[in-house]
Amino acid sequence: MGDRVFSGLAVGAGVLLLAVMAAIAVFLLVEAVPGIRADSKNWLVEKTWFPDSTPSVWGISALAFGTVVSSLIALVIAVPVALGIALFISHYAPRRLAVLLGVLVDLLAAVPSVVYGLWGLNWFSPHILPFAHWLNDRFGWIPLFSGTVSGAQTMFTAGVVLAIMILPIIAAVSREVFLQVPRSLEEAALALGATRWEVIRTSVLPFGRPGIISAVMLGLGRALGETIAIALVLSTSFTLNWHVLEPGGNTIAANIPLNFAEAQGNGRSALIASGLVLFVITLAVNMAARIIIARRKEFVS
Amino acid sequence: MSTLVEPTRAAFTKKVRPLPTWLPAAIFVAALLVAYALLTAVGSSGGGGRVLLAAVLADVIFCVAVFAVSAPREGSRRAKDRVVTAVVYSCFALAVLPLVSLLASTIHRGAAKLTLDFLTHSMRGVGPRDDLGGANHAIIGTVEQVGLAGLIAIPLGLLVAIYLVEYGRGALARGVTFFVDVMTGIPSIVAGLFIFTLFIVILGFGYSGFLGSLALSILMVPTVVRSSEEMLKLVPNELREASLALGVPRWKTILSIVLPTAVAGLVTGVMLAIARVIGETAPLVLTTFFTNSINTNPFNGAQMSLPLYIYTLATQPGKFYNPRAWAAALTLVLIVLLLNLVARTIAWWRAPKAR
Repeated sequence: MGDRVFSGLAVGAGVLLLAVMAAIAVFLLVEAVPGIRADSKNWLVEKTWFPDSTPSVWGISALAFGTVVSSLIALVIAVPVALGIALFISHYAPRRLAVLLGVLVDLLAAVPSVVYGLWGLNWFSPHILPFAHWLNDRFGWIPLFSGTVSGAQTMFTAGVVLAIMILPIIAAVSREVFLQVPRSLEEAALALGATRWEVIRTSVLPFGRPGIISAVMLGLGRALGETIAIALVLSTSFTLNWHVLEPGGNTIAANIPLNFAEAQGNGRSALIASGLVLFVITLAVNMAARIIIARRKEFVS
Repeated sequence: MSTLVEPTRAAFTKKVRPLPTWLPAAIFVAALLVAYALLTAVGSSGGGGRVLLAAVLADVIFCVAVFAVSAPREGSRRAKDRVVTAVVYSCFALAVLPLVSLLASTIHRGAAKLTLDFLTHSMRGVGPRDDLGGANHAIIGTVEQVGLAGLIAIPLGLLVAIYLVEYGRGALARGVTFFVDVMTGIPSIVAGLFIFTLFIVILGFGYSGFLGSLALSILMVPTVVRSSEEMLKLVPNELREASLALGVPRWKTILSIVLPTAVAGLVTGVMLAIARVIGETAPLVLTTFFTNSINTNPFNGAQMSLPLYIYTLATQPGKFYNPRAWAAALTLVLIVLLLNLVARTIAWWRAPKAR
């Protein structure tokens, strides 16, 4: 009798968890529909946000653009550095130092995002401004860095802060993968007289490639969903601007708390609709990453 | 594998004279000096950006110099290896740099305002030109909200972990495992949005700390499940079998043998889960709303919390707002560090016994 109750509780908890996932999708969808219906033709392509005016005009294209651009900047910066850290911890640092440094990277992950936002706004922005000017002066011929630099609350700054925030997850996952490389593979390469770099290039990186890909996707998922740090660091605007050193831009996630307080009726619905889009995107990214990792596990064992 | 360099006869016969160990260090110091001199000569503007620029420049100079010195003597393969080693080391430095800067600026700017007064006063009735007030209302809110979230998420997460380890078979268990992982990737704003739509829009509740707890617990459950699952798996099967052989029912075996054996690890996981959600801001914006007064009742009315306090103050222009935000940030970081420290101490204290 007690057994049945207890196992029932345990199964129930598992089912509840799946139900919550389903409920998130269903309830967001239900509440998003009125907003989408109000501007059904343009809600994907429009670049403004006036859902409460009549007629309701709003669209997520500028937000989606900002989300993708800031996440891409973050990935471009974070991926090589994170892989370097993972290699450092798994293959370069002395054992004791590696443990200590692993803890340090975990600490990077533990710092709340709002503190990153505060730091990004008050300390980092003013300090990166000279660098932004320098990029603009020297590399302004690249369209990405062209335009007028008039402050540091830009996509570029947001991207760098995001990069720092997603470093730990990419580093942690790829470190795990690097540690799983069979010793025999590495020793075989060493026996052939390979240097440490050649061992890594010929056995560690090829073996870990699926793991690295999923680590990058997990980082991407986190970057896409980061809200408060972006809301603090970026001076938001509804524009589609490729010049990442110019102020402005916005992301789906950051737009929600920024516009939430004033939103009524359609406005709320529109915000919920944008949240639904974000949910679907991050869900797809995370599921893909998990599927790759799961497949890898079967292969290893 | 095919890219591996074929060892030629020459490679075996050629005697390699490695560089003396002090030489790379000397080159590094020289590179630092050169980079600094170059930047001074160009006259780049000051600040932390300059230090960073100098470091990056020094790194590049070092890589080039080491390759130039090493290649003729040790061969290009070893030279390449040295350069990669340098790059890997600098990656690490690059990651530690923001952490140090973040902690340093939080301590530096937060310490001045972090007084007993700050911890024991709310912002009620504090005008924009008063250097008064504190985070008391926010601290109360954070403690209550995170406490309630823990009350929901810890038993639930533990039960899911028990299900996965002790009972889970087949498609349902695989599905739960998969979605626990996927759930860790849900953006916190989406969790807040979900609670908002369900409870405030559809069911018509008002803002309250409890709704914030519900959103936080959605974010907390997967972390608790993941860590508890690992810990429960570590409990040796012989213990379970011995207990079952004595005729103890399954559920009693789990409650009185499995869980106590894993308790230290479970506590560690829970601590880390708490540390993770205690700084979540986005879902609270949508569920608990803002207030400047103390509200000790988490079930009724808007309630402040430390992350929200930081978020609202960070964007205010008055000169007294920023120091308060930093002081609150320091409080929050200290709490998170403390939780991490306790968790790691428990994990470390438990480690020798596991062997």
